[in-house]
Amino acid sequence: MSFSVRRTRAVLVKELRDFRRNRFIIGTMVVLPLLFLIVPIADLFRTAAPRVLDAQVGTSLLLLLIAPVVVPATIASYSVVGEREQGTLEPVLTTPVRREELLVGKAFAALLPSVAIGYVLFAVVVTAVRFGANQVVVDAVWQAPNFLAQALFVPLLAAWSIWVGIAISTRSSDVRVAQQLGTLASLPPLGIVALMTYQVITPSITIAIILAAILASADILGWRFVGVLFDRERLITGHKPTRA
Amino acid sequence: MSGDPWFVRRQLGLGWRPATWQGWMITAIAVAVVVVTLVLFRIHKSPIGIVVVVAILGVYAAIAAMMSRRPALAAAGQSDSTAPEPHLPQSGAAAAAPERALAPVAPQQARPVIDRPAQRRGTLALEVAHLTKRFGDRIAFQDVSFTVGAGEVFGFLGPNGAGKTTTVRTLGTLIAPTAGSAIVAGFPLLPGNSQAIRQRIAIMPEAPGLYLRLSVRENLEYFAGLFSVENPRARIGEALEAVNMQSRSEDPCGSLSKGLRQRVGVARALLSDPDILFLDEPTSGLDPVATRDVNDLIEGLRRRGATVFLTTHRLEEAERLCDRVAILNTTLRMVGRPDELRAQLFSRSLVVRTAAPLPAADAVFGSVSGIQSWHADSASGYVLTVSDPKTVAPALTRALVAADADVESIAEVQHSLEDVYLELINEDVEARGR
Repeated sequence: MSFSVRRTRAVLVKELRDFRRNRFIIGTMVVLPLLFLIVPIADLFRTAAPRVLDAQVGTSLLLLLIAPVVVPATIASYSVVGEREQGTLEPVLTTPVRREELLVGKAFAALLPSVAIGYVLFAVVVTAVRFGANQVVVDAVWQAPNFLAQALFVPLLAAWSIWVGIAISTRSSDVRVAQQLGTLASLPPLGIVALMTYQVITPSITIAIILAAILASADILGWRFVGVLFDRERLITGHKPTRA
Repeated sequence: MSGDPWFVRRQLGLGWRPATWQGWMITAIAVAVVVVTLVLFRIHKSPIGIVVVVAILGVYAAIAAMMSRRPALAAAGQSDSTAPEPHLPQSGAAAAAPERALAPVAPQQARPVIDRPAQRRGTLALEVAHLTKRFGDRIAFQDVSFTVGAGEVFGFLGPNGAGKTTTVRTLGTLIAPTAGSAIVAGFPLLPGNSQAIRQRIAIMPEAPGLYLRLSVRENLEYFAGLFSVENPRARIGEALEAVNMQSRSEDPCGSLSKGLRQRVGVARALLSDPDILFLDEPTSGLDPVATRDVNDLIEGLRRRGATVFLTTHRLEEAERLCDRVAILNTTLRMVGRPDELRAQLFSRSLVVRTAAPLPAADAVFGSVSGIQSWHADSASGYVLTVSDPKTVAPALTRALVAADADVESIAEVQHSLEDVYLELINEDVEARGR
């Protein structure tokens, strides 16, 4: 049987319905982005000295990239171990759903709100800057590369964070531990962006595209890797599969 | 979606071409990124542009290669259209299973919720041969063999830790057997058939595992999607009707009592019109009223001809609901109809009660043919082991009257399934103690 879009969509719809009614997830989706919104706006509304302006803008935009890393990590880390704790995983695994379909459905359910949050945050910040900040700051922020970087890195970082989160979730036995580890483990790619922000690596479109390509490859590998980790027997019994 | 991969290899061997809209979209994105990259680097005049373009093309090629290999998607236990030929069952609905397996993503036909034709009875839904599962050194169950006919309600009894749930999980393809074989709904229990088997069975675990924040209907919609049920709205309506839950369909599952949740679990199991329904301790932890409700549902399934594999340690439930039972205690101890098990395990006996002790009991009982042995169980009570109670009872009555005994009652000893169960389990305990 081939990959079924219908089954994947069923997983996606269920996940989104469940998120909508889960106070913890709604809280994570609201509170964390607000934190990452207030700091950059406050920072960009200060008039910086010209010599530190680039760093100030870079730091603010970097903060905006933390939300699409942390939010999906929290959701994705919950996705498998959370179901196991609730006792809902076993009935799902008894259906014809393939692990690829289940994983892609869960990943998209975490990706969609995360990317939406990332883009909305960026839109709010650049709009606020456009109408309220010093013209020097406006000129520094309203640069095409900044828009390109956000457009590229928000979904790619979120996807990376999701696969890391799901990978940890499949091997964890406790939701909170999975969420803490998932958030921590998804941060390293942000380090490269930070190096660019602080100009340790000279930022350029070339570098941005190369990094985006590397991140995209890592996301695909992450999907395949998580697929290998996701074993029905281990998830149900906690034992390594012992086939004849 | 069709059964084709997103990309297919070109016939001459080199390269790939998109086969579906997803493949075309990936190609379009790759082309767009390459064009944008080339334009950007033409403006900036950087030689690294070539490296980036090569990297993008490499990523595209990797995606195309992965998406064009169907076996890769079917790895590790998932089936595809190249799955081994299913075992040919005898006849009836199970015989239709192999045809369905050969079709790509065979959606369920819209059929009434569990309404099996009577002629299905007599065919085999499940054949298990020497099945064993070990977790490291620990044996969950060993050398288990039995068959379940289509339309049969089969009870699987055993104490806690006997391996009942592990057996269900194994037959449901959740875990792999260590040894032995089985044919489930017409398909050999092999990794390549796991998806086809899961399409044809439904398992209700001990805890129904409902999404408590979602409504009853939303829970069922999710599973209808996972089973690719045709006309899900109608099927959900029928399943809710079967468990009498229509009026609670919009309630969140978290607001339902344990008994109602079990009913939703049964409705969920009925959604896909499974060939075999595995119910794992469906009345565990329920109060007597909820237990009766669930048992009535199982009784209803039986009347409709559903094949039900029921694990339980409620013996009165098994005796009432099941056509046949198996008693498992790591190994299979007995399989058969409850009356067969009683006959196999216990000799048939009569209990005689008299107003006063018999002065010459030996002479009275010795004069009746068919009495194999006897012993007194009280001052004026006697237990007689007999070959056939129906033929011995009249002769015994005559002998007692002739001996001037005041007979209060003569009755056949009725052994319950519980007696059978306890006898077998106690035998195991004694054997382990030796």
